[in-house]
Amino acid sequence: MQEAWEGFEGGNWLSEIDVRDFIQKNYTPYEGDESFLVGPTERTVKLWDDVMSLLLKEREQGGVLDMDTKVVTGILSHKAGYIDAEHPERETIVGLQTDAPLKRALHVNGGIRIACQAAAQHGYEIDPEIVDFYTNKRKTHNAGVFDAYTPEMRACRSAHIITGLPDGYGRGRIIGDYRRVALYGVDALIADKEAQKVSTPSVMTEETIRDREELSEQIRSLKQLVELGKLYGFDIARPAANTQEAIQWMYLAYLAAVKDQNGAAMSIGRTSTFIDIYAERDLKNGTFTEEQIQEFVDHFIMKLRMVKFARTPEYQNLFSGDPQWVTESIGGMGVDGRTLVTKMSYRYLHTLENMGTSPEPNLTVLWSTRLPHAFKEFCAKTSIASSSIQYENDDVMRVYHGDDYAIACCVSSMRIGKEMQFFGARANLAKCLLYALNGGVDEVSKKQVGPKFRPVEGDTLDFDDVMAKYNDMMKWLAGVYVNTLNIIHYMHDKYCYESIQMALHDKDVHRWFATGIAGLSVVADSLSAIKYAKVHPVRDENGVIVDFNIEGDFPKYGNDDDRVDVLAHDVVHQFMEYIRMNDTYRNSVPTTSVLTITSNVVYGQKTGATPDGRKAGVPFAPGANPMHQRDTHGAIASLSSVAKLPFRDAQDGISNTFSIIPGALGKEDQVMFGDLDLGDISFENPVACCDCTDSSAPEGSEDR
Amino acid sequence: MTRVQLDEEQGVESRYALGRIHSIESMGTVDGPGVRFVVFTQGCPMRCAYCHNPDTWTVAEGAGTRVSVEHLLGEYESNRPFYRTGGLTVTGGEPLLQPEFVGDLFAAAHAAPAGRIHTCLDSCGYAYNPKKPEHFDRLLDETDMVLLDIKHSDPVGHKALTGREPGRILAFGNELARRGIEVVIRHVVVPGITDSVEECEALGRLIAPWHNVVGLEMLPYHTMGVVKYEQLGLEYPLKDVPAMDKGRMPALREAVMRGLRAGRAAERGCSNA
Repeated sequence: MQEAWEGFEGGNWLSEIDVRDFIQKNYTPYEGDESFLVGPTERTVKLWDDVMSLLLKEREQGGVLDMDTKVVTGILSHKAGYIDAEHPERETIVGLQTDAPLKRALHVNGGIRIACQAAAQHGYEIDPEIVDFYTNKRKTHNAGVFDAYTPEMRACRSAHIITGLPDGYGRGRIIGDYRRVALYGVDALIADKEAQKVSTPSVMTEETIRDREELSEQIRSLKQLVELGKLYGFDIARPAANTQEAIQWMYLAYLAAVKDQNGAAMSIGRTSTFIDIYAERDLKNGTFTEEQIQEFVDHFIMKLRMVKFARTPEYQNLFSGDPQWVTESIGGMGVDGRTLVTKMSYRYLHTLENMGTSPEPNLTVLWSTRLPHAFKEFCAKTSIASSSIQYENDDVMRVYHGDDYAIACCVSSMRIGKEMQFFGARANLAKCLLYALNGGVDEVSKKQVGPKFRPVEGDTLDFDDVMAKYNDMMKWLAGVYVNTLNIIHYMHDKYCYESIQMALHDKDVHRWFATGIAGLSVVADSLSAIKYAKVHPVRDENGVIVDFNIEGDFPKYGNDDDRVDVLAHDVVHQFMEYIRMNDTYRNSVPTTSVLTITSNVVYGQKTGATPDGRKAGVPFAPGANPMHQRDTHGAIASLSSVAKLPFRDAQDGISNTFSIIPGALGKEDQVMFGDLDLGDISFENPVACCDCTDSSAPEGSEDR
Repeated sequence: MTRVQLDEEQGVESRYALGRIHSIESMGTVDGPGVRFVVFTQGCPMRCAYCHNPDTWTVAEGAGTRVSVEHLLGEYESNRPFYRTGGLTVTGGEPLLQPEFVGDLFAAAHAAPAGRIHTCLDSCGYAYNPKKPEHFDRLLDETDMVLLDIKHSDPVGHKALTGREPGRILAFGNELARRGIEVVIRHVVVPGITDSVEECEALGRLIAPWHNVVGLEMLPYHTMGVVKYEQLGLEYPLKDVPAMDKGRMPALREAVMRGLRAGRAAERGCSNA
């Protein structure tokens, strides 16, 4: 065994790349409380103060501190950068995206126009030579996509029946297994990839050629990663030998990814339990103290807080802020019943206290009813103090993804290093319903966007007639949508391939084809209104339905009422069935998400009045939420309606945005007597989530 | 949280007594321990000046919604996992006006095929008839916990505040003590009416003999009910009374506890409390 692995329990991880096996053989579940945690070191406090003043300055300057306009980014594009270049020794974990803190890198492979626009809107101009080069000599992803788009696809895109297509920035949603670099060192990973390349079939089909080219690109990136390590004075060709190195190696691999890709969500994975193995060993051997280990973690998280991309203000408005979705998944339960919570899970969350709250990295607790009680309490306390923890249902996801998956972006789950995702956009199902009523004519632009099917006739909508027409229209929409995404992902692989991230995956990855839907609750309520009340369409002078009069009441989604909840369920299932009827790029497996968390406002603006009584332009409910104020039976009834949606069809995530005032969660003051011995009260009744991202090129920023 | 009318169901059939209810709340977090399924019954004999649900008062023909035990438990069962450490609460209105229905509901909850459901009754006790305790036997046999509202510790004050004498309420409290049903005392603290240290201490002494009391909930008066009075065209009796200052609540709770300890000490014939 290598010296770096001294003291580790062996296993399959020694004979192949298998980080999960290493974790399972070596980690120490922790069921205790947070009393072992330590505060920030003086060095951390001062360093974070420096970063805070930089962030403040950035905000004062309208959102960007500095932007590179001359050097196209890459793994080795810049020299080493430090928060304080005079005193690099202040940082125990190092590495910046460019040569200066918060200086945004120049990413052009996604699209040169969009890069120019992002720069211009912050008052910068990209070097004309670069613009010329990427316009006339080197093709971008965006240019490729627009070369292949059909007129129908363009029409759907402009009409916003398909929105947020990743044809501008990187598609994101790919998580490299950055832990591999720490555990094995880059040389071992290169050797593995070389072996994979040797093992490709000898008949050069298009697929094999692509595989060989991609493997070569992966190997090249890994070699650059070694050089990146050298820039900062590390030999990451070999395995990390202690906690500090493990974090540093892992971070450098992630840094290479964000230098290479301006992905819509650049998540980091599930690293805390892995790192804890090194920390346990170092604490036992006296290599480091708890203070030192917490300091490494604080400095690592600090670096993740500083990850930034150059984006257009439209993008930032859409997501209110400047989000990167650097998601780190924490905790969860193992398939063997042991908890995956370790002391390191506490240390990661403790950064919210040591350095104050922060939206990034997106610390996500994989919640299980079986998590250790002390950890649940610690999470609750930290949530109350910081409002910065995201929770996701490990009990649901573990069934599909095992116990070494992580969240990309806000809810997309995938096995680390074994699964990746072709992410893409949302189909506006509310608008699709209006197309069904109007025979493919857009209710806003009055243009024929969809196929010229027969519109509905008469003064009252008939449920069976509408459903038949809606099914036809969904089938059409699913077809255009999948084919549009096929073009996008083909071109992304061709012109903006994530070579370093894919180098940190197995050769044969499982690819998800992640679609999305918007406007679900509007559709469910509309169909319910048509079925249970009388809905009279109002037509304009051209016979296009532009509004509706509703007579009578109808069950509304969000009240745990099966009459309407089943309509929502069936629409998700049916739309997925139509999606599945299409060929998907690289044999990827289709799934969908119901997740529009903030963009629901924009989609609502672009959609006319709907049969549920929603007026034109009114925002949709976010994600799978019931429409505002229509859920009247309290929170559990509302949540139950959402919970009936089929996760099997929407494995990429279902979100329900839910805010509640503290008083509504229970009594704020003491009720039960703790001070009088009057008997215990204890009983138990038996018991039997971004698509938060939009990588679409704004109008006028297409490269073609 | 919103409380609304249920869909009117005609011709409800049931093997149990039917109920007349005002509404349900699927996530009740303030009416008993844990997360609870809360049923609000229709009709109340009291006219508390601060009542924030005056829409539940009337017992007139057609008021509320007729509902079956099966329907309510069906809704409960569909969300059972949420109520693991909570259960079922019936409040009102005044649930004791419908002892057969609530008794049937609680009995069925206890006998639920998927497992026993913890039952909690929120009542002021006024509808209890000490001369006919047998009317309430089945209900109380099936009640795990009672949230008992004591509006005012002084009989005169009680009459002034609620329009009713407190005799039956105390009889109800005594019956609960005799049965040993866990009770949480609730007391609404209204500025100028029930916010004096003396009144609170008196309340403590009043409840001291009830050894089944396991908790005390002091509810600061709020003005959220005003809107409902306007909607119902009712005169709001406390229109010049401000919301209770929450800062004083811990001290007033301590006053009740002091009264309670003093009462218990006197009971034990010991004078050094």
